[in-house]
Amino acid sequence: MIRILKQIFHTGIVTEPLPPIVDPELMKIGAQLEEVIKKRFQGSLAIRQVDAGSCNACELEIHAVNNPIYNCERFGVHFTASPRFADMLLVTGPISQNMEIALRRTYTATPRPKLVVAVGDCGCTGGIFGKSYASLGGVDQVLPVDAYIPGCPPTPTALLQGILRAIGK
Amino acid sequence: MSKLKDAIMSVFGPDAKEDAGQCPSSVPMLIVPRERFAEAAKILKKGYALLAAEWAADETPYGRGFGVFACYRKESEYLIIKTPAPQTDPTFPSLTKKFVPAYRFERQMKSLLGVIAIGHPDTRPWIKHEDWPEDAWPLRKSFDGSKPLPRVYGEYDWIRAEGEGVYEIPVGPVHAGIIEPGHFRFQAVGEDILNLEAKLGYVHKGIEKRFEALSWRDASRLAGRVSGDTTVAHCLAYCHAVEALAACRPPDRAQWLRALFLERERIANHLGDLGAICNDVAFAILFYQFMRLKEAVVRTNLALFGHRFLMDKIIPGGTSVDIDAAGVAAIHAEADWLAEELERLVVIYDENPSVEDRVRDTGILSSEKARELGMVGFVARASGLNLDCRIHQPFPPYDRINVTIPVLVSGDVHARAWVRIEEIRDSLRIIREILKSLPGGEISAPLPREPLPDRSGFGAVEGWRGEILYWLQAGPKGEINRCMVRDPSSLNWLGLEQCIHGNIVPDFPVCNKSFNQSYSGNDL
Repeated sequence: MIRILKQIFHTGIVTEPLPPIVDPELMKIGAQLEEVIKKRFQGSLAIRQVDAGSCNACELEIHAVNNPIYNCERFGVHFTASPRFADMLLVTGPISQNMEIALRRTYTATPRPKLVVAVGDCGCTGGIFGKSYASLGGVDQVLPVDAYIPGCPPTPTALLQGILRAIGK
Repeated sequence: MSKLKDAIMSVFGPDAKEDAGQCPSSVPMLIVPRERFAEAAKILKKGYALLAAEWAADETPYGRGFGVFACYRKESEYLIIKTPAPQTDPTFPSLTKKFVPAYRFERQMKSLLGVIAIGHPDTRPWIKHEDWPEDAWPLRKSFDGSKPLPRVYGEYDWIRAEGEGVYEIPVGPVHAGIIEPGHFRFQAVGEDILNLEAKLGYVHKGIEKRFEALSWRDASRLAGRVSGDTTVAHCLAYCHAVEALAACRPPDRAQWLRALFLERERIANHLGDLGAICNDVAFAILFYQFMRLKEAVVRTNLALFGHRFLMDKIIPGGTSVDIDAAGVAAIHAEADWLAEELERLVVIYDENPSVEDRVRDTGILSSEKARELGMVGFVARASGLNLDCRIHQPFPPYDRINVTIPVLVSGDVHARAWVRIEEIRDSLRIIREILKSLPGGEISAPLPREPLPDRSGFGAVEGWRGEILYWLQAGPKGEINRCMVRDPSSLNWLGLEQCIHGNIVPDFPVCNKSFNQSYSGNDL
């Protein structure tokens, strides 16, 4: 126990402010994040992440958004286990033929406002996997998309910015 | 000098012919008659070789029907046994009863190529889901991979258990956490698991077919996206195969930089998994602490090399990025800091009885089972198998670096975690050694020639999960005719199913996390 306490005090708080956002439009949205979540989502935005065919690099970065450095929960953003509690689906792609039905069912199970955010180059357009017998392409081939977050994979900062864009609309 | 090759040649005589087009020469390929394909497996099994991969290729562009391939490994040797299967009768004798790993390879060959293993005990499709048309064989040349697939009605025939109090728990494909999709079906009585069956293939993106439409150079980007967490090792294994085909020797500096990237990938993933294992036994402090260290490593990657996971930093012929003196100093400083931080966390992990209670004796995979199932990587090393390509099949610069591999025998979650701790320690030492002896010069060399028709190239790399294999075959116009990808997950997923018997359902997440196999690398 002593060691644990020592480690906690030794580490201190490592959470950082978001790196400066160059785009002034994004700056505005960034500043509004907590306010928007407070107003539209009663202070808490619940996200259900769906891997609909990704190579798992996007998942690593979505994990990182939850790590103590980015610590998305301080903005009222948290990830939920069930689509039934979710305000937003964060979908990585490309949408595989074998995940299409599960993705549609997840969308059906999500209550309104059912925001959908397409993550990664593959989620946006199908990326290097393109359209084929096994890959249907980007998320918008299957669901209506509210915001796109390109990148291979998008950095945690880009992910947070994209989430802000989706709810700041 | 190849003992495996000699073992076959001494029995087969003129029936076994060496394929002169196979590169590198250290990995020979013998062509045997179809009726003696299983006999070769029997001889190699007697010689204690293990089956590393089995696949087929459509060779109709050469007017030959199909080729069926089995790759065996023993100590420092690989041997590929090939047998032809004519287009009118695309069958071959099954190896599943001799080598368990063939179980899924052969189902996959039937599903994606329509090449059938005679005598296989399980006729269900694999990767190909039940709603695909039965005659959709995407890896055949006659299949147009660019068209969408129609859906048909079909059902998957699950393994069932019956009896009083027996119930089923279906899980997935959309899981509770931020992880990849797959379906697990448990049969349980109370909390005790009777059986677990996995159904994968949900993230099948048609990667092997996609390779055939890309140029040799562009395809390295695709290899880097087979499994995003293993982008360095996959890209490297692909490049090894291409470089063998094109007779290209990357400059020394590139080879050492590649090893630097490979070890950094190992450290980052092991740190993340150690954190996730702690999280699954509700020990949140270590989860956040390990994640903090992982984030530091990937940030250094971004600052020095331009990508957090080092995607596309390895290219055919070398690397696309160099390191300067300041970068070397930064990595040295990070290694010192990381070593100190890690050791403090390891003591906390090791001394906490509530963690110990959850990870010890949980999810045991015995040495016998691990060997029978052909486990690779840290899963194998946690179950007493001394396997590591960096030692047994050393590619440069590992032929000049001393690698120590930890081997534990308990085969439980703790062993799989502890092997990672030891590997991080060793990788930090290797990184210091790499930086100390980093040669000067160029970081890439042009490919001297395009791969010649009907040649094939083989690459093997020890990624953080274990041995990754690539086998490339050039087509008549020098294009990619076939790219076989074998992620460690294709073998190790079977281990998870077998380690879970007798455990309780609530321990499944931590068992799964201790394996942490790739869905994408398996489904392709």
